[in-house]
Amino acid sequence: MRLAIAAGLALATLSAAAYAAEADKPKSESWSFDGVFGRYDRAQLQRGLKVYTTVCASCHGLRQVHYRNLVEVGLTPSEAKAVAAQKEVDEIADDGQIKKRKADLKDRFVSPFPNVQAAAAANNNKAPPDLSLIVKARENGANYLYSLLTGYGAPPADWKEDGKPKKLDTGQHYNKYFPGHVIAMSPPLTADTSVEYPKDGPKPTVEQMAKDVTAFLAWAAEPSMEDRKRTGIKVMLFLLIFVGVFFVIYRRVWKDVH
Amino acid sequence: MAMQPAPQPRWMRWVDSRLPIFGSMAHFNAYPTPKNLNYWWTFGSFAAITLVVMLVTGIVLAMHYTPHVDHAFDSIERIMRDVNHGWLLRYVHANGAAMFFLVVYIHIFRGLYYGSYKAPRELVWWFGIIILLCMMATAFMGYVLPWGQMSYWAAKVITNLFSAIPLVGEGITTWLWGGFAVDNPTLNRFFSLHYLLPFVIVGLVVMHIWSFHAVGNGNPLGIDVKSPKDTLPFHPYYTVKDVFCIGIFLLVFAAFVFFAPNFMGHPDNYIPADSLVTPAHIVPEWYFLPFYAILRATPDILFINAKLAGVIAMFGSILLLFLLPWLDNSKVRSANYRPAYRVAFWLFVIDCIVLGFCGAAAPEGIWLDISRIATAWYFFHFLILVPIIARTERPKPLPFSISEPVVKTAARA
Repeated sequence: MRLAIAAGLALATLSAAAYAAEADKPKSESWSFDGVFGRYDRAQLQRGLKVYTTVCASCHGLRQVHYRNLVEVGLTPSEAKAVAAQKEVDEIADDGQIKKRKADLKDRFVSPFPNVQAAAAANNNKAPPDLSLIVKARENGANYLYSLLTGYGAPPADWKEDGKPKKLDTGQHYNKYFPGHVIAMSPPLTADTSVEYPKDGPKPTVEQMAKDVTAFLAWAAEPSMEDRKRTGIKVMLFLLIFVGVFFVIYRRVWKDVH
Repeated sequence: MAMQPAPQPRWMRWVDSRLPIFGSMAHFNAYPTPKNLNYWWTFGSFAAITLVVMLVTGIVLAMHYTPHVDHAFDSIERIMRDVNHGWLLRYVHANGAAMFFLVVYIHIFRGLYYGSYKAPRELVWWFGIIILLCMMATAFMGYVLPWGQMSYWAAKVITNLFSAIPLVGEGITTWLWGGFAVDNPTLNRFFSLHYLLPFVIVGLVVMHIWSFHAVGNGNPLGIDVKSPKDTLPFHPYYTVKDVFCIGIFLLVFAAFVFFAPNFMGHPDNYIPADSLVTPAHIVPEWYFLPFYAILRATPDILFINAKLAGVIAMFGSILLLFLLPWLDNSKVRSANYRPAYRVAFWLFVIDCIVLGFCGAAAPEGIWLDISRIATAWYFFHFLILVPIIARTERPKPLPFSISEPVVKTAARA
């Protein structure tokens, strides 16, 4: 029956991994948030936030995150307020008219399009997905996202589908890691992308920006991760002691039973 | 070995003389339990504790959840981000469902190995199967509540199964949906039933426990208790053993909750439901995979089309278990004394695992062939193999009593 447990758990992995549409296996990066003791790197999250607001935010929303949450990334409340103030939100004023006001800490990240239809209309009839949960909504999330952002390139010379040579149409791009290889999103991070990075940190290369924005989106998808792992270690220690104590009691109570 | 009951305070005696509540609790304390129960017998208490955990976390989650197609997904994210320890509640609840099935499946396999379904415990077995069916319904409806892509499409696929029923199928499906598609009325009723069914399960668990407390526990030797020497009072012997084992179980449970909370989930369920985008592959949670494999493996059978046949086979695979006490009429309970049945049992375990893998794979090519063979074996096992073995096998000699083999081992040492 030990076998049955092991197999049961193996099943769970398999159910997730069984289907991979035609795409390369994502690169395996090391992340500060990996593992039992994993933490987010605040400096990296702040760089990632910059990449998101400068590049991604023109098409992708982040609506599950509120501006107030940016304090968790290490911004001061006034810095977070400044990020919010770059956007406007609608508000019903006392006279019943809809007025614009600057976004504030209490607001969700303002999405680039007023609704899904507008987003689709502006993007070849396919709305760019909201990025709040993208890292959790993809298999092997962070590695996949990083690979995707750095996986653009020219299609192979002998690229074929069903035996016939295949070509890209306008508005299509080749990406090694995207299922089916054809992606509508143009390369978001290139050598020309200019994101203002702190002087005492790493240079904003494509790889670095991809890595930072991935880390930021990993935080956006699971902001409670640090709390969870910290609590988890305490719970495991408590349970180990609990099990130890009850093992001794169990053996004592049972010692005269034959 | 019976514990001397402590003298009761006056208020307890006052209550007991009117409603013997504390007297009944004393029954549980002193309940004579076979002294040879092994660790597989602790999985029942794991299931009980998990049920309590699910009820407590579920009731609190329901305080924060919004059962509406426009708000369900966001309300879950609000729980994850803004509710105090909401992430803990939700991850405990989501992983708790998987842990519940894990321990219940092991509990059932233990019953199959040690013949726990045989006289006089047929009712224990039956209540157990009804609990399993209720768990499946509850888990399925709970999975729909976050209203992610897998939630929505699972609801669609499973409710569509009922349309396979001849004549009334379409009507039943519309009735289940509360409309002409899976939509807000469907989500609302699933929430209502998801809240109701666990309390039905609590009632069934009471019946399940009551029905073996009347006839006594089974045990690994499969022989009846002959004398008080064969038993121990439940408390403190089995209470400490169960608490120790529950600690180990909670270590495994906590490892998932805190360090791999999404390991058993599907990433697609973090995408909000979209009726216009079908996921590349719709797969249920791992604990439904063997049944999903049976559903998809079944071909057209005579005049019955594949869809209806699949539905019949899937539900049949569980309903069949009700007949097990008569399919297997061997007087010997424990597989330890049934060499042929023991082999059949392990083959059946392997078969269920294979079915699980089949359920995860796309139903085409070699996987379809394997799932058909494995499905056939599932029914062959219960309908042909087990009855034949029961009627032809020569069991090994049984020990005289529970104390006897222990005494022998002690003498040899």
